[in-house]
Amino acid sequence: MTLLDIQNLSVSYGEKTILDRVSFSVREGCWLMIVGPNGAGKSTVVGAVSQLTPHSGLVTCMGQNVRRMKPHKLARLIGVLPQSSAVSYAFTVEEILRMGRYSHSPGFFSGRGSGDEAILRRAAEMTGLADLLDRSVLTLSGGELQRTFLAQLFAQDPKILILDEPTNHLDLIYQKQIFSLVSEWLTQPGRAVVSVVHDLSLAKAYGTDALLLSGGRAVASGEIGSVFSREALRRVYSMDVYQWMEQMLGQWAD
Amino acid sequence: MNRPRKKNDTAAGSDTSPRLAARREGFRPAEYLIFALLTFIAFLICCALGSANVPLGRTAAIVWGAIRAKFAGNPLPAGTQEAIILMVRLPRVMSTALVGAALSVCGAAMQGLLKNPLADGSTLGVSSGASLGAVIAIAFGVTVPGLPFAGTMGMAIVFAFGSLMIILALAYKLDYSLSTNTIILIGVIFSMFAASVISLVMTFAGENVKHIAFWTMGSLSGSTYTNVLILRAALAVCGGIVALSARELNAFAIGEENARHIGVNVRRVKLTLMISVSVMIGVCVSVGGTIGFVGLVTPHMLRMIVGPNHKRLIPASVFGGAVFLMLADLTSRILLNPLELPIGVVTSFIGAILFVYIFYRSRRGKG
Repeated sequence: MTLLDIQNLSVSYGEKTILDRVSFSVREGCWLMIVGPNGAGKSTVVGAVSQLTPHSGLVTCMGQNVRRMKPHKLARLIGVLPQSSAVSYAFTVEEILRMGRYSHSPGFFSGRGSGDEAILRRAAEMTGLADLLDRSVLTLSGGELQRTFLAQLFAQDPKILILDEPTNHLDLIYQKQIFSLVSEWLTQPGRAVVSVVHDLSLAKAYGTDALLLSGGRAVASGEIGSVFSREALRRVYSMDVYQWMEQMLGQWAD
Repeated sequence: MNRPRKKNDTAAGSDTSPRLAARREGFRPAEYLIFALLTFIAFLICCALGSANVPLGRTAAIVWGAIRAKFAGNPLPAGTQEAIILMVRLPRVMSTALVGAALSVCGAAMQGLLKNPLADGSTLGVSSGASLGAVIAIAFGVTVPGLPFAGTMGMAIVFAFGSLMIILALAYKLDYSLSTNTIILIGVIFSMFAASVISLVMTFAGENVKHIAFWTMGSLSGSTYTNVLILRAALAVCGGIVALSARELNAFAIGEENARHIGVNVRRVKLTLMISVSVMIGVCVSVGGTIGFVGLVTPHMLRMIVGPNHKRLIPASVFGGAVFLMLADLTSRILLNPLELPIGVVTSFIGAILFVYIFYRSRRGKG
């Protein structure tokens, strides 16, 4: 089943066109990797789909036009993890997690929804934050902070996760943690993941589908093996990516 | 490379389950009681002390007697001490407490909304804008028939809201991330601009407008019971709206983008809160002039005691703000007795030092 469908998505700032009629769709159980060189418009796709960036084109999520949806209804379908989030007040990990439940009981007088506690507990356990719940987020490492926001996202319980270079400034160990957590999340039915990834090896390891962008246009999209063809990557990145990767990663073979 | 496998089902081992449900986020009844008690003690002390001291017990007795007389429909007890307490001190201290509470709630709300611990009615220039509105109303005789104070107050509220809009629009235009420095810089510049226009208007208005010190440094010396009633209504309605928006404020305090992602109706919540804040600041300014930094000092101190969660911070700010401003007013009355300092001198003295401290801390990374 198609969870997310994007038709002719365009974004421009004044005269400058950042995204030019990009279309793609994401089926249930898929992990779509958005890849491309710097300035290809990867993060802009995320911004437009999550309604942060003004855009033209049609974004449909489970048959509903995203643009017309109330913010809390949209948040129940699409959850977003940004590159990094700096916090300036000493909230506890638990408080951050709890905010993830907002969309399930928004407004003035609604308190906690039923089942919130169980979902929060599961999110904390899944991300290994159970022992850190009382900690101030100001004392967390970059990896722990990103895991906290991932846990918030799990608590939010959307159908589609959108990740914008989620491990950009993180050490390898945290990269591995975040990606394995997301792939664990994806094992449940009715879910899909879209992520912007800079590291092509990471994209190949976890992705099922890919969208290759260059200069704001979609060069190729579909099953990741076919998108990541030697010729397409060579054209977009202006180098033989295959040969380079073999060289770089081959160094580590015993 | 291996695709990572699914981990063991951790939910099965419930021994390690985190204690989530046990904690309450909001203010506990015991905490309400403690804060209320402290506020009441400060209230009594502030009523008792001044240019003529009345013993604490006597003060309490007079207040209690007046309340009983009022409910029984009897005439109020007469006497010098009674007159001082009931006609001068009581309305003044009550107004001070309410202004302090309202300004602190406004400060806490703006600091959350803008994710900026330096935000406050005075640092953002909203108070100066409100003063300008009030001064224009007085100078040009803007009045509402039947409600003598409504013209001034209405103009102060409208100008407070207008100032907030202008400052935010400029800040967004110049620096989309709304970094700490830009918005405060714009606020301060706007304050200076408003102050210069106030001086200009006063030059034309002559005798109509109160002394300029009232609008720049504030004073609650002439407060009446009518002021108390209006302040109480504003605090109850607008402070109530802010308190009910505690979850949204928490989300904004984490970041506006995060708020949007978790499903907060960012535009609507922002507008509601900005109107509430403007009304409270407008009312406070038209009663007591510009009393700077109250909304900066109290929430900052309270955050160290009750934490940053607005479910606790907002109720705490009501009490904490009342206590802080009552004590500041007391200081302004008795420090150079029989001379009286403008109350803003006391709050700005404390606030300016704290401003530098917070700024220094936030520049070093962890606020």
